[in-house]
Amino acid sequence: MTTLFTILFDGIAYGMLLFVLACGLAVTLGLMNFVNLAHGAFAMAGGYVCAVLVNQSGWPFFAALPLAFVASAAIGVVLERSLYRHLYNRSHLDQVLFSVGLVFMSVAAVDYIMGSSRIFIKLPAALEGQIDFFGVGIGRYRLMIIVICGLLTAALQLILAKTRFGSRLRAAVDDPRAASGLGINVPQVFAFTFAFGCGLAGLGGALSAEILGLDPYFPLKFMIYFLIVVTVGGSSSITGPFLASLLLGIGDVAGKYYVPKMGPFVIYTIMIVILIWRPNGLFGRTAAR
Amino acid sequence: MTAPADVSSLAVSRARWRPAEIAFWILALSCAFLFPSRYLIMTDIVRLALFALSLDLILGYAGIVSLGHAAFFGVGAYSAGLLALHGIVNEPVLALLVAGLAATIVGFATSFLVIRGVDLTRLMVTLGIALLLEALAERFSNITGGTDGLQGIEMQPLLGLFAFDMFGKVGFFYCLTVLFLLFLLARRIVHSPFGLSLRAIRNNPLRAAAIGVPVNRRLIAIYTLAAFYAGIAGALFTQTTALASLDVFSFERSADLMLVLVIGGTGYLYGGLIGAVVFKMLQELFQTITPQYWLFWIGLVLVVIVLVGRARMHRWALWLPNLLIRRFAGRKAVVVVPESDPS
Repeated sequence: MTTLFTILFDGIAYGMLLFVLACGLAVTLGLMNFVNLAHGAFAMAGGYVCAVLVNQSGWPFFAALPLAFVASAAIGVVLERSLYRHLYNRSHLDQVLFSVGLVFMSVAAVDYIMGSSRIFIKLPAALEGQIDFFGVGIGRYRLMIIVICGLLTAALQLILAKTRFGSRLRAAVDDPRAASGLGINVPQVFAFTFAFGCGLAGLGGALSAEILGLDPYFPLKFMIYFLIVVTVGGSSSITGPFLASLLLGIGDVAGKYYVPKMGPFVIYTIMIVILIWRPNGLFGRTAAR
Repeated sequence: MTAPADVSSLAVSRARWRPAEIAFWILALSCAFLFPSRYLIMTDIVRLALFALSLDLILGYAGIVSLGHAAFFGVGAYSAGLLALHGIVNEPVLALLVAGLAATIVGFATSFLVIRGVDLTRLMVTLGIALLLEALAERFSNITGGTDGLQGIEMQPLLGLFAFDMFGKVGFFYCLTVLFLLFLLARRIVHSPFGLSLRAIRNNPLRAAAIGVPVNRRLIAIYTLAAFYAGIAGALFTQTTALASLDVFSFERSADLMLVLVIGGTGYLYGGLIGAVVFKMLQELFQTITPQYWLFWIGLVLVVIVLVGRARMHRWALWLPNLLIRRFAGRKAVVVVPESDPS
C-alpha cells in the first residue's frame, strides 16, 4: 500500500513537472498550430543557466530559479521576433525542419560549451531527504515541485480565464483576423505568450535537472514526452494538457516500477492508441484545424 | 482531342527519358571507376539515396510528413542481419527481398494508423512507431543483441559468385544496381495513372476524393511501397556493413533523411539522390572541421534552408544550368524543377 502511495506521489510530481515543461508547447503547438520540436531546447537553456549560477557563481537555488525563467523567456522572445514569426504561415514540414535544426544546433552548442556529461545542481540541504508522512516516504524535493507547479497551474488557469490578457489570447487564437479587427495586437500577444511559455519551460528545466537528468541531449530525449502531453491533452484549455501530463507521469513511474523491462513501450502504445481513437486528443475540441 | 487522351499523352511525354537523366546515371556509374579508393563512402551515399527515394515517394508524391521513417529502415536492417546471422536465407539478394518484405508487412500494418488524422497526428504516430520499435528492439535483447547490436554477421557471396571485399567494391556495385532497379520501378510508378492520382491527393485530398480517387487505399498502397524501399535500404546497410544496432531506429536518422530530401528537393525522384550526395559531402566536410560538433552545422543548414525557402533555393541552384541551356540550346530549360511543396 505504501509503495502504491509513493508511486502515486512520485508520478504526480513527475507529471506536474512535465506540465510546466510542456504547457508552453501547448500554446505554440495546440493553439498557434506551430510544430515546435525545439521546445525542449528552451527547457535545457533554463536548466543550464540555473546550474551555472548555483554551481559556479554560488547563487542560492531559489534565487537562480527565477533567473532560469527570465533567461529562457529572453531567448524565446529574441528567437520569436527574429526567426519563428516568419514561419507561422508555412507548412508543417517547414516548421518541423526548422525546429529540428534548432534542436541540433542547441545540442551541439551546449555540448561545446558545457561538455557532454550529465549536470547536477547543488540543492540546499532543506530540500534533501524525505519526510515521513503516515508511513509514506515523501521526498522533500518532489513535494516542493508539486507545490510550485500546483501554484503555477492555478495561476495560469486564472490568468487565462480571468484577466484581460487571457481573453485577448483566447480571441487571437480562435480567430486572428477578427481579433486584430477588434484592435488586439495579435503578433504582440503571440510573442508574449511564446516567451512566457519558453520561460516556464526554462523553469521546468531547472527544476527537472534533479529528476529527469540534464545533459545536452535533453531536448531530443524528452521531445516525445512534451508532444504526448500536448497531442493527448488537446488544446481547448490548459486542463487537458494538465490531466494528460499527470496521466503520463503516473503511468511512466508506475510502468517503470511494475514492468521495468517494457521500458517506454507502455507509454508509446498508449499514445498511439489514444491518437487513433481521438486524433484531436482526449480533451481536444472536435473541429480539426 | 478528348480530355483523357490529353492526360495520357501528357503523362507519356513526362515519362520519356531525358538526356540529363541518362547523363546522371552514366555519371553515377563512372564514379565507381573515377574514385576507386572511396567505395565505402560512395556505398553510403547510394544507400542513403535509396532511403531518401523511399521518403520522397510518400512525402513528395503523397504529401505524408513522416518523422519516423527510420522504423522501416530498422526493420529491414534487423531482418537482413538476423537472416544472415542464423543462416536462414544465405543468399544476399534473396535475403534482401525477404527483409524488404518484412518491412512491407510492418508498413502495411502501420499504414492504417498513419492515414487517420491530420498532419500533426501523422507526425506523432510515425514518430511513435519508430520509438516503439526501438523500445521493442531494446527489450528483446536476446534476439537483437540490445544496445550492442547484432554481432558476428558474415555475408555469403552475392549470387554465390562475388564475395564482399574489404574495400567495398562489390558492395558498391551491388547497392548501385539495387538503387537503379528500384529507381526504374519508382519512376514507372510515379508516371503511371496511379502516380498522378497520388499527386492529386497531395494537392487536395477532398477534390481527389470527389473525382473518384480512393484516397485511403492509394495512401495505404504508397505508404506500404515506401516501407518496402526503406526496408531494402536498411537491409543493404546491414549487408554491406555487417552491422545492425539500435541506432537504425533513431530519430536522428529520420531527421537526417528529411534534410537529405529537403536539400535535393521533393517530388521529382532525383531529389533524394542529389540530396544524398550533397548531404554526405557536407557531413564529411563538417566532420573534418569539427569532429565532435558537426551536428551544429547540420542544424544550421536546416534552419537556413527553411528561412531562405526551399523553392527559392532550388531556383538559385538551377539558375546557372538553365542559363546555359537557354544560351546554347536556344530553347526553354529542360532541367527538372522541383514541384511546389505540400502545405
